[in-house]
Amino acid sequence: MDSFIELLPDLLKAFWETLQMVGISFFFSIVLGIPLGLFLFITDKGLFWENRFLNVLSGLLINVVRSTPYVILLVLLLPLTQMLIGTTIGPLAASFSLSVAAIAFYARLVQVSLCEVDKGVIEAATAYGATPFQIIKDVLLSEALPGLIRGLTVTGISLVGYSAMAGIVGGGGVGDLAIRFGYYRYETNVMVITVVILIVLVQIVQVAGDRIAIKTDKK
Amino acid sequence: MVNIENVTVEFQTKEGSFKAVDNINLTIENGEVFGIVGTSGAGKSTLIRTINLLQKPTFGKIWIDGEDITEYTGHALRAVRHTIGMIFQHFNLIHTKTVFENIAFPMVIAGATKEAIAQRVPELLELVGLSDKMHVYPSKLSGGQKQRVGIARALANNPRILLCDEPTSALDLETTNAILDLLKDINKKLGITTILITHEMDVIKKICTKVAVMDKGVVVEMGNVYDIFSLPQHSFTQKLVAHTLNLELPPRILLDVKGSLIKVVYNGEKAEEPILSNAIRTFGVNINVLHGKIEYIDEKPLGVLLLNIDASSAQIEEIMGYLKERTASVEVFHG
Repeated sequence: MDSFIELLPDLLKAFWETLQMVGISFFFSIVLGIPLGLFLFITDKGLFWENRFLNVLSGLLINVVRSTPYVILLVLLLPLTQMLIGTTIGPLAASFSLSVAAIAFYARLVQVSLCEVDKGVIEAATAYGATPFQIIKDVLLSEALPGLIRGLTVTGISLVGYSAMAGIVGGGGVGDLAIRFGYYRYETNVMVITVVILIVLVQIVQVAGDRIAIKTDKK
Repeated sequence: MVNIENVTVEFQTKEGSFKAVDNINLTIENGEVFGIVGTSGAGKSTLIRTINLLQKPTFGKIWIDGEDITEYTGHALRAVRHTIGMIFQHFNLIHTKTVFENIAFPMVIAGATKEAIAQRVPELLELVGLSDKMHVYPSKLSGGQKQRVGIARALANNPRILLCDEPTSALDLETTNAILDLLKDINKKLGITTILITHEMDVIKKICTKVAVMDKGVVVEMGNVYDIFSLPQHSFTQKLVAHTLNLELPPRILLDVKGSLIKVVYNGEKAEEPILSNAIRTFGVNINVLHGKIEYIDEKPLGVLLLNIDASSAQIEEIMGYLKERTASVEVFHG
């Protein structure tokens, strides 16, 4: 118990850092992942901005990011992180590589959800003279919403896991705490506490995501 | 008026190019219910989709009320599409929007005001008989109700033309009839030019005034529905019509029957004359009706009778001649 109280300030700090990393990259995965996934979808064959070159190019870019193991991606992006944020240490710096990974990851999930949208509904909107923007807003995003939310849940949970890795290069966070105390210093109780915290965090994200997805799903 | 002028649609496949629609010419007058019938793969769906340019013709032109729209794109094309409603086999409603929002959708697209929408949508719901479902999501509706929403949505912008892409093919028989009645009713009430494709002659028979029969990308026959049904010219049309005016006798009767079996098709005013009893009196033979059907198409009777006449072949020739003069067609029936 004593060790726990002793640990508490460290733990709170680490938890706050994790939240920062996950929160920032989660935000960017929504803001940039949805447009990128949408772009992948509408430049595909038979859709209104069909463009084979841009489609293949953006698909390739996403695959490069996604096929690189996160730890390696993080190291590769360190120079760019230094340039953009001015440091490679701390949760903010770690958020950069986390965001890159999350955007690529979520963009694919967005594309998959959009592929599930009934082509007939898109055709109906086209037949009524909808503009591409109206189709995106009222048909694609609206119809895919439950899938988009489920994808966000998966992305959020992956981010919790990735953020633990980000700790290795000085990102901080709960994962970093677990490694420093639990692994290097053999303090198993710290390890257990951090794992429990991570499990609780993942559960909260999953349950919240499922609830919202069900609420939006009208099928 | 819709003019389809020399329209060809070619698709590129691995085996080379393939003409789904091959040089078709059609004129659809204002206010008509025009049917296009054919088996699946005949190209009818491709053809109807050229009218609002969902499918751009490879060659040929689409004229709407004297305006060549074939090369329209962007804003001009969307403006034309606002005046053409369309309903679909699988309804294609937006699942995440309520009935109200679905019907309002084409109006929102066309830039209608909130007040106009709030006034128009309840009117449309009343027209299709779904006033109580205004705020329900499509998943809570039956197939027939979904198609009613589809129809209301198609009518939202007061279109000149209503395109119906197999509107009843996903519905059961009873619902099909109700939807067809509704379409017919709307055509009468609003005078909207209706173009409908289907693979069922029954659908054509129920609501169309004119029909084009399509086979392998080509219109093989076209005319008034009544004429096509009473005297189909092309073998493909005859097959389609035979399907609905099909008379089948049990094998036992075919074996037992003595004398000749004759199939008589009669139509128009002649259907009201007592041709059979006249023939019986004139020739002094017995004529037995084995099977028969009278259909009313476009409110005009069309009858098919299977007759059994037991007489010498010379006399039968004579009787057939007599009947031929007074009916639409007479032929020897082979079961």
